[in-house]
Amino acid sequence: MQTLDPLLPPSPATGHVPLLQVTGFSKAFAGFPALDRVNLNLGHGEIHALLGENGAGKSTLIKTITGVVARDAGQLRLDGVDIAPRSAGEALTAGIATVYQEVNLAPNLSVAQNLFLGRQPTRFGLVREREMRRRAQALLAEFGLSIDVGAPLESYSVAIQHIVAIARAVDQSARVLILDEPTASLDAQEVEVLFAVMRQLKARGIGILFVTHFLDQVYAVCDRITVLRNGRLAGSAPIAELPRIELVKLMLGRELSEATAARPARAPGASGAPVAAFTGYGKTGYVAPFDLDLPAGHVVALAGLLGSGRTETVRLVFGAEKADCGTVRTAGAVAAVGSPREAMRLGFGYCPEERKTEGIVADLSVRENIVLALQAQRGPLRPLSRREQDEIAARFIRLLDIRPPDPSRPIGLLSGGNQQKALLARWLATKPRLLILDEPTRGIDVGAHAEIIKLIRELCDEGMALLVVSSELDEIVTYADEVIVLRDRAHVARLTGSQIDVPAILAAIADTPPGAAATA
Amino acid sequence: MNFKAVLLASALSGALFSVGANAAELTVGFSQIGSESGWRAAETTVSKAEAKKRNVNLKIADAQQKQENQIKAIRSFIAQGVDAIFLAPVVATGWDSVLKEAKEASIPVVLLDRDIDPSGKELYLTAVTSDSVHEGKVAGEWLVKTAAGKPCNVVELQGTVGASVATNRKKGFEDGIAGASNVKIVRSQTGDFTRAKGKEVMESFIKAEGGGKTICAVYAHNDDMMVGAIQAMKEAGLKPGTDILTVSIDAVPDIFKAMAAGEANATVELTPNMAGPAFDAVMAFKAKGTVPPKWIQTESKLYTQADNPMAVYESKKDLGY
Amino acid sequence: MALRLPRIGTSQIVALVLILAANWLVSPQFFDIRLQDGRLFGSLIDVLNRGAPVALLSLGMVLVIAMRGIDLSVGAIMAICGAIAASLADSHSLPVVLGAALAAGLACGLWNGFLVAVLGIQPIVATLILMVAGRGIAQLITEGRIVTFNSPELAFLGGGSVLGLPTPVVLALSMLALTLIIVRGTALGLMIEATGGNPRASALAGIGTRLITVAVYMWSGLCAALAGIVAAADILGADANNAGLWLELDAILAVVIGGTSLFGGRFSIILAVVGALIIQAMNTGILLSGLPPETNLVVKAVVVLAVLLAQSPKLGGHAAGLGVLFSRKKA
Repeated sequence: MQTLDPLLPPSPATGHVPLLQVTGFSKAFAGFPALDRVNLNLGHGEIHALLGENGAGKSTLIKTITGVVARDAGQLRLDGVDIAPRSAGEALTAGIATVYQEVNLAPNLSVAQNLFLGRQPTRFGLVREREMRRRAQALLAEFGLSIDVGAPLESYSVAIQHIVAIARAVDQSARVLILDEPTASLDAQEVEVLFAVMRQLKARGIGILFVTHFLDQVYAVCDRITVLRNGRLAGSAPIAELPRIELVKLMLGRELSEATAARPARAPGASGAPVAAFTGYGKTGYVAPFDLDLPAGHVVALAGLLGSGRTETVRLVFGAEKADCGTVRTAGAVAAVGSPREAMRLGFGYCPEERKTEGIVADLSVRENIVLALQAQRGPLRPLSRREQDEIAARFIRLLDIRPPDPSRPIGLLSGGNQQKALLARWLATKPRLLILDEPTRGIDVGAHAEIIKLIRELCDEGMALLVVSSELDEIVTYADEVIVLRDRAHVARLTGSQIDVPAILAAIADTPPGAAATA
Repeated sequence: MNFKAVLLASALSGALFSVGANAAELTVGFSQIGSESGWRAAETTVSKAEAKKRNVNLKIADAQQKQENQIKAIRSFIAQGVDAIFLAPVVATGWDSVLKEAKEASIPVVLLDRDIDPSGKELYLTAVTSDSVHEGKVAGEWLVKTAAGKPCNVVELQGTVGASVATNRKKGFEDGIAGASNVKIVRSQTGDFTRAKGKEVMESFIKAEGGGKTICAVYAHNDDMMVGAIQAMKEAGLKPGTDILTVSIDAVPDIFKAMAAGEANATVELTPNMAGPAFDAVMAFKAKGTVPPKWIQTESKLYTQADNPMAVYESKKDLGY
Repeated sequence: MALRLPRIGTSQIVALVLILAANWLVSPQFFDIRLQDGRLFGSLIDVLNRGAPVALLSLGMVLVIAMRGIDLSVGAIMAICGAIAASLADSHSLPVVLGAALAAGLACGLWNGFLVAVLGIQPIVATLILMVAGRGIAQLITEGRIVTFNSPELAFLGGGSVLGLPTPVVLALSMLALTLIIVRGTALGLMIEATGGNPRASALAGIGTRLITVAVYMWSGLCAALAGIVAAADILGADANNAGLWLELDAILAVVIGGTSLFGGRFSIILAVVGALIIQAMNTGILLSGLPPETNLVVKAVVVLAVLLAQSPKLGGHAAGLGVLFSRKKA
């Protein structure tokens, strides 16, 4: 487990002084070590993948490099010169730029304004708008991007916003570029565009530290991989010397469980009575009317491209959006689902896709986040005692292995995977009969991934009905009893039992538009 | 806009009617600021009574604290062809053009209660106002006389910091006691012209001055603060009017109640009757062409417990204070 | 609730102690308390008594702010309810007087809550309407005069005492206890913090955010009504022009000094009241100091700045901030 320095030869790209040299970085939060003597060498013109499970220390490492968080120990050298930036601004001045998953530019300003914010070309104190646009156009052209730079940034896709952020950073003479999960919300084509930009920067000699969860992407663009685990360096090697299975082992510190392997043998049709049945349910301009049966002990998966109507369907089912046609029957009787509260009364639970904006309450503790739905169900006048809350929180922290196992920690400080587990706990605490999961494994690490998939199966075996939205077709295949494929805001295909396999789902998704299989 | 025009037209025709019907001697338009204080309301009431006394047809326009409304009202008075216009200006500047219009129409304008920017002196006939420095001086002189040479420590409740009335009443009082070395102000704080703040500040004065034992008199820039201060003294177990002398300014009805009960000693009147002298000046000007002085100062009458406060209270209580 | 006090309340308590100590320096008799006609009497009692209205307002305001809202109308509600109480005091029995005034406060809160929760108007705009119109309504009730009354029962609520403590203090303490019981004794506190922290997530977790919003504004209205009654009872009259004038700002400041973020979420009721006491201790200190009134606002601004800086995490938080400030002054 202890990784030694010999694992880290000088960067192969140059053979001598690496571009960025991180030595012995340590950082503890309230006595809890987040980084422990981590080393990392980034060469000139090298794309270097930084990998690790959630909580492995990736973001702490980035923050200590850029000075956003002060390190406890360690040395940072840029081109062999010691530097100690104390803020992102100072890091940028030194030549280290960071582009985050959520682009932090001003969405309402124009692309050109964003590119030159704070350093606009001026004459007599006035901004030279035309000159600024011309330079913006030229700058983006270098990256093969030809767009209207006068339009507000928010009118462009996330991919273009990322490229604008990168262009801004590079134009401010950045030599090291840190990309923190830039691809999490991009589709396949957009990822390719971004990769083209990265390769171009590489050719210019810029070193890129690339944080991602997508292993395919690592093998597509990276030269070298560094893996962190539990705040320590787990290993670092050129891409050619680290086959996929070895990488996964490094990340998990163990063999991958069978979770993402083949579909297990399940008794087909071993299902109970329908928990809920939707007939002709829909909303104009939102999702076309659909029929949906959700039997106990069954996993129904919704597959389709982004924007195909998957999230819209589950929001209707949970009453987060009001349907304007169709009926719901639960236990044979007609019911109404006009609001989340009504849905909860019927025993529904819903983990939304947007974990930060619709799921967690970042300032509240893990315990409070876990009991929230149960408490809402009981109403304000029947408060859970502190002891009951502690018991519930402790039980789910243990059951779902939420880390760190501290119920009083604000949930915003947890990693994405652990936040997701806490949200699952929030709904499991209400003992739902139907649990709706929208992209439950998005943006979380391999380990938590496997655990959540295992959990989905277990819940199903206990007789819960599950409705899962997922882009991970490999995963869907392992747990779904029924797959509903959506396209253009309508339910277009229904696969059951032995019909369920990746090619069949892809075929259904790609019925008209070809080449949609890129992400699979 | 159309709607307003219709309103104006109907107001106009109504006005013409009323002049004919009453056969009044004079028609005067009065642009009143509003009814932001009890004194203002009393001024309106007294103005009506004074008009009635002189058989004057008085039209009052309430401007609700807006100069724009006052300018509109004056234009409408000019259009109606009134004999004179009274203006209680909400601000000191910005009157030049509308007052010129009045002058061109040969309608004399009298300012009530407040003056305007000196640049417009030739644009009005006269200004009827009280002298707030003088008010303070009357209060100070009363205290010097009452203290009768004995040492007297005074605490002062100021009006709102920066308000000209507060500055003037402070200065006037200081002038009034200037000759008497036995009378001196030991504490001075703002009570914002309100009862609540007057009470709170007096409470702290009492604490800071040995439970009120070293205070000989309270001077408040208005009666409202004094009413609050009287409560504070009573709650501290002191006898206002006996243990501690009180003198304040305005002469609102409630202070007479306190004087009748022996809890207050003196008040200086800011008379609500600004219109009376104004009517007299206008009538003399119209009848004989007598040009009044540019400033008619109203009387700052001193009331004490000897002036039958209960009777004054009765006469004042329905004026709208 | 109380469990959090030692952890995050340190800077507020230190600030209060420092200000009280400063008051003692400018006025050595500051801590003297004697019994006068069965009523405790002294500057410290004045701080409690005069701080009671803002403390009452802060009890409602802290909940509103925790919900990401703000209530600018509380000063105007004070004026309305004080006017109602004073107008009815001499012709009706005390329960009727109080019932009418408190009901008016609740109605004002319902109006605010309706605008915010149902019509979706931004709280600062929604409550601004009543802030402006409310004082006009109060002036209509009093016909622009100071309406005085003689009812000893109502006067007792302002100038009386219970077990030696001024009635306003007792009322504020009772209301504090009641608020704590309602908010922290039930799950409402959690729901308010959750809704303030993330309204969308809370609605999806099944919290009736709309209902809670309306309830919180109504509570703020009720607290303001009580503060208005106390203010009117204190001066034996309703002064529609001045009652509660600008007190909404003091209440917001009290809540902020109490460590509740204007962005909603976590809140502390007790520390909001401590914030109100800090403000009043400062006011009383200024009055006792004998400084010229022109300096009042400057002194206030400096003290508030120091208190807020002391809480700033960037200055090391807690009392360290104050220490830094003072030591730099000397250097």
